[in-house]
Amino acid sequence: MKIKFFLFTVYILTATPTYPSETEFKLLEVYKNLRCLVCQGQSIADSNSDFAATIKLVVQDQFNEGKTEDEIYKFLTSKYGEWIVYQPSFNKNNFLLWFLPYSALIFGGFIIFLIVRKTKNNNVN
Amino acid sequence: MKTNITKIIIFSFVIFSLFVFWQALRKNNNYDTKSLIGNRISNFQLIEIYNDDKYISEYDLKKNKFTLINFFASWCAPCRIEHKYLLKLSRESEKIKIIGINFKDKKTNAINFLEELSNPYNFVGKDSKGKISILFGIYGIPESILVDNNLTIIKKIVGPIDQIQYDEILKLIQ
Repeated sequence: MKIKFFLFTVYILTATPTYPSETEFKLLEVYKNLRCLVCQGQSIADSNSDFAATIKLVVQDQFNEGKTEDEIYKFLTSKYGEWIVYQPSFNKNNFLLWFLPYSALIFGGFIIFLIVRKTKNNNVN
Repeated sequence: MKTNITKIIIFSFVIFSLFVFWQALRKNNNYDTKSLIGNRISNFQLIEIYNDDKYISEYDLKKNKFTLINFFASWCAPCRIEHKYLLKLSRESEKIKIIGINFKDKKTNAINFLEELSNPYNFVGKDSKGKISILFGIYGIPESILVDNNLTIIKKIVGPIDQIQYDEILKLIQ
């Protein structure tokens, strides 16, 4: 028992934490930005599916070949469409997706402004 | 007057929002890669399953009028279902060559699978790590891609080939 405790103490004292390398961090960022097409709401980083494992291998290969993050996204988009990336690019088909939330915010602010002004005017009168 | 304008704006906004929801509900949200139709396939190199020294690339497909690239595996149950259509296609039409790509499988299992069900392929390549499947936009097994001699994708079948798909392939290669 004492030996086991001694070995455990030595292991704890000599163990050094391991941190992911810069490359692993970058790869993880790419995986997080890719959607797993065969999973329910999971990214490639979160998923252990066969598809996610294959995409990870391909991303690693392209990264080792010196391709940039954008080039990797572009390649995968050409094969699987915009759906594979969590942040779609801005184009004529999805401009409403980008502008609608801001328009709704401005419109809502405008309505609130009108209501507040009307209430104030009523109070003054 | 101002109240009327506000009411009109709010009403228009509600109508617009309902229209957007209606359009979104009408749209088919099932994911597929049919958008690849009309695109050219990527360059690839495929090593044969029986002989590591033998391989084909996209240039070899240019020699065929039509090529059906079929991803299969011995562990895939729907692949067994579609196999009879592949055999029928290889027997009935000379215009089409069938390339099988064995996906993430053991060599012996794949060979046994083809011995048991018979081999419809003109070439059987291996994709043991699945990397080649990504070049073809594959996300499940079985999947098939019909290309012409310009290497343009003319049909993509996600899932097993059935009688309807088989008839469509025949119609396309006529």
